[in-house]
Amino acid sequence: MAIFINKETRLIVQGMTGSEGTKHTGRMLASGTNVVGGVTPGKGGQSVEIGGKTLPVFNTVAEAMAATQANASVVFVPPKFAKAAVIDAIDAQIPLVVVITEGIPVHDTAGFFAYAQSKGKTRIIGPNCPGLISPGQSNLGIIPADITGPGRIGLVSKSGTLTYQMMYELRDFGFSTAVGIGGDPIIGTTHIDCLRAFQDDPDTDAIVMIGEIGGDAEERAAAFIAEYVTKPVVGYVAGFTAPEGKTMGHAGAIVSGSSGTAQAKKEALEAAGVSVGKTPSETAELMRKILKG
Amino acid sequence: MDLFEYQARDLFEAHNIPVLAGAVATTADEAEKAASVMGGRVVVKAQVKIGGRGKAGGVKLAQDASDAREKAAAILGMDIKGHTVHKVMIAQAAPIAEEYYASILLDRANRNFLVMASVAGGMEIEEVAKTQPEKLARVGIDPNVGVTPEKAKEIARLGQFPAEVQDQVADVLVKLWAAFVAEDATLMEINPLVKTEDGRIVALDGKVTLDDSADFRHPGHEALIDHESANPLEAKAKELNLNYVKLEGEVGIIGNGAGLVMSTLDVVAYAGEKYGVKPANFLDIGGGASAEVMANGLSIILGDKDVRSVFVNVFGGITACDAVANGIVQALNILGDKATKPIVVRLDGNNVLEGRRILNEAAHPLVQQLDTMDGAAAKAAELAAK
Repeated sequence: MAIFINKETRLIVQGMTGSEGTKHTGRMLASGTNVVGGVTPGKGGQSVEIGGKTLPVFNTVAEAMAATQANASVVFVPPKFAKAAVIDAIDAQIPLVVVITEGIPVHDTAGFFAYAQSKGKTRIIGPNCPGLISPGQSNLGIIPADITGPGRIGLVSKSGTLTYQMMYELRDFGFSTAVGIGGDPIIGTTHIDCLRAFQDDPDTDAIVMIGEIGGDAEERAAAFIAEYVTKPVVGYVAGFTAPEGKTMGHAGAIVSGSSGTAQAKKEALEAAGVSVGKTPSETAELMRKILKG
Repeated sequence: MDLFEYQARDLFEAHNIPVLAGAVATTADEAEKAASVMGGRVVVKAQVKIGGRGKAGGVKLAQDASDAREKAAAILGMDIKGHTVHKVMIAQAAPIAEEYYASILLDRANRNFLVMASVAGGMEIEEVAKTQPEKLARVGIDPNVGVTPEKAKEIARLGQFPAEVQDQVADVLVKLWAAFVAEDATLMEINPLVKTEDGRIVALDGKVTLDDSADFRHPGHEALIDHESANPLEAKAKELNLNYVKLEGEVGIIGNGAGLVMSTLDVVAYAGEKYGVKPANFLDIGGGASAEVMANGLSIILGDKDVRSVFVNVFGGITACDAVANGIVQALNILGDKATKPIVVRLDGNNVLEGRRILNEAAHPLVQQLDTMDGAAAKAAELAAK
């Protein structure tokens, strides 16, 4: 089963003909993802050869869906054009759009997120995220497919490299789905969305949740866990040493005044019964103990 | 990027939000000149990006131009909570009848924008929210609809503004929204928004935060950057396109990915408790860790006189560890004698064996490798203690 993506996922790549798009289309194909085409406005009708597969290029997502029955899109379009690409995908009513692009103005993200909400047909993951992987089934984005294989842990994280690190730490168990939700101030899919999906997924037994400073998404996730999640959850929060008022790499990772601190997030998660590790390795160890009973 | 008050004032003025005359001065001479052009009484205000400057003595009323000169001389160079005052704003003094509040900000939790407005202003809005919540309007704004005149009137009513100023306040809110969108702001706050004794509604003090990700469509925003107060290492890193934040510590940190680097700082801080050392910086070299990026990163970190050891922590996702290892080796060649601090390296992930082999083969006397993040953090902390 897994969440959001599985063997039935038919993927188009927006920005496939760009250098990043081409590189990662090749990697996604190599990891068994069913990539069925790409979208580059103005290049419709062409086709490109990537990883031994001939992929058609379309001008719009709607055309691509009509021709290929695609049901998901991944966006590798530069920040300047990302909003138009996502709006195109929403207009086509594609069920899932994964926005990898980093550096999209937050007004653009707010605009396309509100638009997607008003249409009610499209889930957005990201932006500024590594995407998601259901190992052995489908891989949308840039998460390396060779870190680990299928298993029964669900992972949700704001950070890409911490996603990889945690998959690596728990590589002997494997994952149902690992989702990098992104580090921007506004993201389409939250910790809560993923926690709900993992709780409802019969193929997920336990959940790792990775957060970081900024906003109060982790606090709200903690309240949701207390109310809805019965599967074991372990947590990790990055940024205890971050100074106030400084953006730490991710646009959303900033402690403002006394809000958004790692300490507050850790305390909220622990109050909801989540075991929180001090380091990624310690967090993995907590999960290991749970899975070994 | 946070703006100074005078920059916020200028931005408001450019978007037709009513403000009083104001000018920035960096010397007492300039302050006197500005005050004499304005005429009458003026307020001399320290320009620092931190609250509480009034209590710290950074805001003074001046009776005339020569008084403004004296007040500016006293305020310039002052230290307010660790911020040195390099500039003052000379603002026209106005008889104030009432103080209100208005702001628009990014609402992360609701993933839209939020307008707040209140008849109670001139104090921290958190205080109003706590003590007089009934007087604070909080209205979510659909980014694709914005603050319409109707919505603005509703907000003015909800904020309990007196009937005779509601239309003027609503007009300010509509203009504030237009400015907020046009400038790609994440915060625009007017506090206080005042009613003068002659009945005008004026933005007296403002706070603005602009979205750096939108710089590509705002070439003018570059001129707003405060080079003077920037930490020299941070300024140099910015020139080199590095994502660097200076901290107070002894262990220099280089890693890939914002989350992993934040985590690395934490792990080093825990390990460092034993040795009395802390992480010296945040530095994310991002996806393609080329030799040049690595050399730039190392040179920034080694240029920090507080640094006593360096921890390079990389998990190769897209980045291949062999490229990182080559980057380190070449960076050390480029730096030559300038590299003097021990460097602890932990590589994992994509092509890790080749990466480790390259570093082993190079056998640079400053470099040692450890297999785990926690172990490497402990080693880097230990080396910084010596």
